Amino acid sequence: MAEELSPGCARPAGRPVSEAARDESAYQQERKEESNVILIGRKAPDFTAPGYHQGKFVNVKLSEYLGK
Amino acid sequence: MEVLSVSVDSMFVHKMWNDQELCKMVAGGVPFPMLADGGGKVGAVYGVYDEEGGVATRGRFLIDPDGIIQAYEVLTPLVGRNVAESIRQIQAVQTVRESKGTQATPSGWRPGKPTLKPGIDLVGNVWRAWKTESAFD
Repeated sequence: MAEELSPGCARPAGRPVSEAARDESAYQQERKEESNVILIGRKAPDFTAPGYHQGKFVNVKLSEYLGK
Repeated sequence: MEVLSVSVDSMFVHKMWNDQELCKMVAGGVPFPMLADGGGKVGAVYGVYDEEGGVATRGRFLIDPDGIIQAYEVLTPLVGRNVAESIRQIQAVQTVRESKGTQATPSGWRPGKPTLKPGIDLVGNVWRAWKTESAFD
């Protein structure tokens, strides 16, 4: 019998149920990624992403906005 | 000033959301690009991707023309932000930038309100230059 959910503003997604060992390696990765944490005064990580803008599909690269 | 929005939703979902709902809230629809970050890799480097939830926590980042992060705001999903505050922060960051760091905007600053001149002369003398009432409108 499926249990009822009240997600509020969240958008829950499915995921595999991990064993204890896999949970640990995920934790290790999180610690490593902490050094890439964004900080005030640091460069905003550049990225490129597709998207939608005023009736067109576009591709945007953050660094193209430098100087604006 | 340019605006970009990013979420894990696909460009197709962005289009449908804009064309079906957002255009009813904003005349002409969303004026800035809505980007698709499926998988949350961009959200992850910005520190807002929730891997377990598969979605990013709502965050707003102010990036200056040199590509440096000047401010960011992240709130729990059920609490919306104050747009007027984001605009105020943009104006403050621009003011400080134009002054080349010779001016600071004190707490509660709004355009037209006095700025402070950071330096050794201000140390211990903030009480002369700024009143706590100035933090409020």
